[in-house]
Amino acid sequence: MSSNLMSGARMLLECLTREGVECLFGYPGGVTLPFYDALYEHPIRHVLVRHEENAVFAASGYAMSTGKVGVCCATSGPGATNLVTGLVNAMMDSTPVVALTGQVSTKLIGSDAFQEADTFGITRSCTKHNYLVMSVADLPRVIHEAFHLAKSGRPGPVLVDIPKDVFAAQTHYTPVGSIHLPGYKIYTEGHTGQIRRAAQMMWESSRPMVYAGGGIVAAEASGELRELVETLDAPAVCTLMALGAMPSSHRNFISMPGMHGSYAANMAMTGCDLLIALGTRFDDRVTGRLAAFAPHARIIHLDIDPSEIGKNRNADLPIVGDAKRVLSKLNKVLAELQPSLAQQNSDARRAWWKQIRDWQDQNPLQPVISASEIKPQHLMLEIDRISNGEAIVCSDVGQHQMWAAQFIRFNRPRHWVCSGGLGSMGFGVPSAMGAAFANPDKLIFAICGDGGFQMSIPELATIANHGLPVKIIVMNNGHLGMVRQWQDLFYNNRLSAVQLDTFPDAQKLASAYGIKGRTVESPIELAPALQQAVDEPGPYLLNVKVSPFENVYPMVPAGAAINEMVLGPPQPVAVPK
Amino acid sequence: MLQVISLLVENKPGALMRVTGVLSARGYNIESLTVARTLDPGLSRMTIVVDVDPSLRRQVIKQMNKLVNVLQVSDLSESPAVAREMVLLRVRTNLDNRTAILKEAEIFSARVVDSSVEGFALEATGAPEKLDEFIDVMRSYGEIEVTRSGMVAVSLESKKLRLAPPILAGAESSRIDSRNGVFNG
Ligand SMILES: Cc1ncc(C[n+]2csc(CCOP(=O)(O)OP(=O)(O)O)c2C)c(N)n1
Ligand SMILES: [Mg+2]
Repeated sequence: MSSNLMSGARMLLECLTREGVECLFGYPGGVTLPFYDALYEHPIRHVLVRHEENAVFAASGYAMSTGKVGVCCATSGPGATNLVTGLVNAMMDSTPVVALTGQVSTKLIGSDAFQEADTFGITRSCTKHNYLVMSVADLPRVIHEAFHLAKSGRPGPVLVDIPKDVFAAQTHYTPVGSIHLPGYKIYTEGHTGQIRRAAQMMWESSRPMVYAGGGIVAAEASGELRELVETLDAPAVCTLMALGAMPSSHRNFISMPGMHGSYAANMAMTGCDLLIALGTRFDDRVTGRLAAFAPHARIIHLDIDPSEIGKNRNADLPIVGDAKRVLSKLNKVLAELQPSLAQQNSDARRAWWKQIRDWQDQNPLQPVISASEIKPQHLMLEIDRISNGEAIVCSDVGQHQMWAAQFIRFNRPRHWVCSGGLGSMGFGVPSAMGAAFANPDKLIFAICGDGGFQMSIPELATIANHGLPVKIIVMNNGHLGMVRQWQDLFYNNRLSAVQLDTFPDAQKLASAYGIKGRTVESPIELAPALQQAVDEPGPYLLNVKVSPFENVYPMVPAGAAINEMVLGPPQPVAVPK
Repeated sequence: MLQVISLLVENKPGALMRVTGVLSARGYNIESLTVARTLDPGLSRMTIVVDVDPSLRRQVIKQMNKLVNVLQVSDLSESPAVAREMVLLRVRTNLDNRTAILKEAEIFSARVVDSSVEGFALEATGAPEKLDEFIDVMRSYGEIEVTRSGMVAVSLESKKLRLAPPILAGAESSRIDSRNGVFNG
C-alpha cells in the first residue's frame, strides 16, 4: 500500500475519485478554502451552483437519473443550513446523496465562532447517517463509509462535516482497504419460504394487483418487475416515484394510483383481492383513508427496509429483501408453479381484466384541449409527443407535476425525476441540471410552475454558464395553482395569497442570461414553440401561459377513500373531439 | 404501559442523540434512560423506559434497529428480564426520628452512606416500584431530596448478537456487490 504525505482536502479528493465521483455540485466559503484549493488542479469537475439548496437538488437529479451517488458540498453555517431542505427531500425519496460540509476548526467548535452551526446536530434527523470528522486520520474511512451507506440498502443522504483544520492537516495517506459497520445490517435475499408462499398466493388470487414503488427503481429491478407482471398477467400501477419502472405503454400498466391517480388504478387497488406491494411504503397520498384502502386484499409486501413493513398497513406476507434479487427468485418459482396453478382462476382473472378495461373506458384520463387557450393537459400531451417516452423529465411541485405524471409517458425508469415525499418546490430546475450533467446525450425537460420556477431563477446562470441543454417549460397559470385548487374546492374559492400577478418577461429574462426564451399563449403556437425549444441547441426557457383556473382531476379529497374520487369540476365542460 | 428497551450501541459521539431522536421525533417523553460502557469499551448498553403507544412499539424498535450505530435492540417489556434501579436520598430529621428511619431503611435493605446532625443520606436498590414505596415512607419522616438512577435491566434470554461483516471500500463495491458481502439472514 502506498503511503505519502497529503492534506485532508487532497485525501478527500482521492477518496471521491476511488468512489468514481465525476462531478460535484457546490458553493465555497471560508472553511472550505483548503478543499477548493485542492480542487483547483484536480480532474473532478466542480459545478458552481447559485444557492446551496440547488446543489443538493442537482446532486439528487444526478442520482435519480443515473442510480449513482450524487455529491454536493457547502461551507459551514449558512452553507450547511441551506442544504437542509434538499437533505430531507433525499431522505423522503431514498436518493443516494453524499453532502460534504465545511466546519469551523476543531478548536473553535462550540465557541459560537463566525459561521459556526451545529451541522451534525441539525442534520441528524434528515440524513440516513451523518459524521463530524474530528481527526484527519478518520477522514478516508468516513468518506468510504458515507458512500457505502448512501448507495446500499435503502439509499439515502449521508452528510460529512469536516472542520477547516482537518482539511488542512497534512498526514500520511493510506488508502482504506475495507470498512466495517457492524450495526448496518442489510437483508437482501428474502426468505426462501416466504418467496414460495408469495408465488402460491399470486397464483391463487382471482384479482391480483401489482403496486410498484420507488424501491423498484432504486434496486434496478424494472426488468424483473415486468417479468412478474407478464407472467402473472396482472394489472400494475407505479407510484409517483416509480413512473417508468413499467413502460407507460405496457398493456398491463394502468397508470398511477392515489390522490391524482387514474380512476382505473384507484378502483383496481380498491377491488383487488391480492395487493403485491413492491418497494413501496403505502404513502398517504397513495392510500387515501388508510382504513378503507384495498379493503378486500391480502397484502404481500416486499421492501429492503424492515421498518416499512407493517408501518402503515399490515402485511399478510412480508418479505424483506432487495427487490431485484427477490423478484428474480420469485419469478423462477412463479414459472415453476405456473403449469400446475395458473389455470385455477382463469375465469375469475378474465372477469377481473374485463372489469379493469371497463374502468379504463369509463373514465380515462381526459386530455382537455381548447382552441382559445392552452390547457395544462394540452401542454403535457405535447411534451409527451416530443419526448416519445425517452426524455428525462424533471418536475417541480404543484399542479403541473400531477398533470405531467398523468400525461407524459416513460419507456424506462430514471427518466422521471421529481420531489415526491417532501413535495419541495424549487426542485425542477436544479434537478434537471444534475440530470443534464449525468446524461449529456439526453433530451431534458424541467417542467415548473410559475411559482416554483421563481424559486429557481438564479440557476439560469449555472445553466447558461455550462450551456446545459435543459429545456425549461414553465406552465404559467398565474397562480400557486395547487394551493388555489384547494382553496377553490375546500375554502369556498376564497383565494388567499395564491395570485402570482407579476412574472418576468421570459424572453427578456432568458436573454439577460444570454439564453433563448419566449412566451406562448395560443394553442396553435404551442407545438411549434415546443419544437423550437427542443431544436435550439443548449438551454431554452419556454413560458407557456395556460388557463388560470384549471383543476387537477381525478382527485381524492383529503380523508376520503381512494375510490371516492372527484372526477371533474361540478359542471363538466364540453370536450371538443 | 411503559416500554423497556435495551440497546447495545457503538460508543460514538452522537449515538445517544440518534437513539433519543427516534423517540423525540414521535413526540414521546422518555421516563428514564441509562447509558454505560460494556465489557467492550467500544460499546455501550442503554436502557430506556418510555411510554409508547402499543401499536407503535414495533415501529420504534425497527427504527432504532435502522440506526447505523445500534448493534442490537430488545424490547424487554415482552420478554423475561430483571429490572433494577438505585436511589440516593437525603432525609432531614430531628433526633426523635433517627432510630425509626434506620429501622425503615433496614426493611428496604437501604444503606446509610452519610450521617450528620441534620439527617441521613441513604442508598437503596431494587425494583422501581419498591423504590417508590421507600421514597414514600421516607417522605413521611421529613423533608427529602431524591436522585434516582433510572432503570437498568438485563434480559434473561440470551440473544445472539448478529453483526455485519467488513466490506471493501470504494467504487469497486458497487451497489449490489457491496451488499454481497453484507450479512444476510
Ligand atoms: C417549498 C415549498 N413551499 C410551499 C409549498 C406548498 N405548495 C405546494 S404546490 C404549491 C403551488 C405551486 O405553484 P406553482 O409553482 O405555480 O405550480 P402550479 O401548482 O401552479 O402548477 C405550493 C405553494 C411547497 N410544496 N414547497
Ligand atoms: Mg402556477
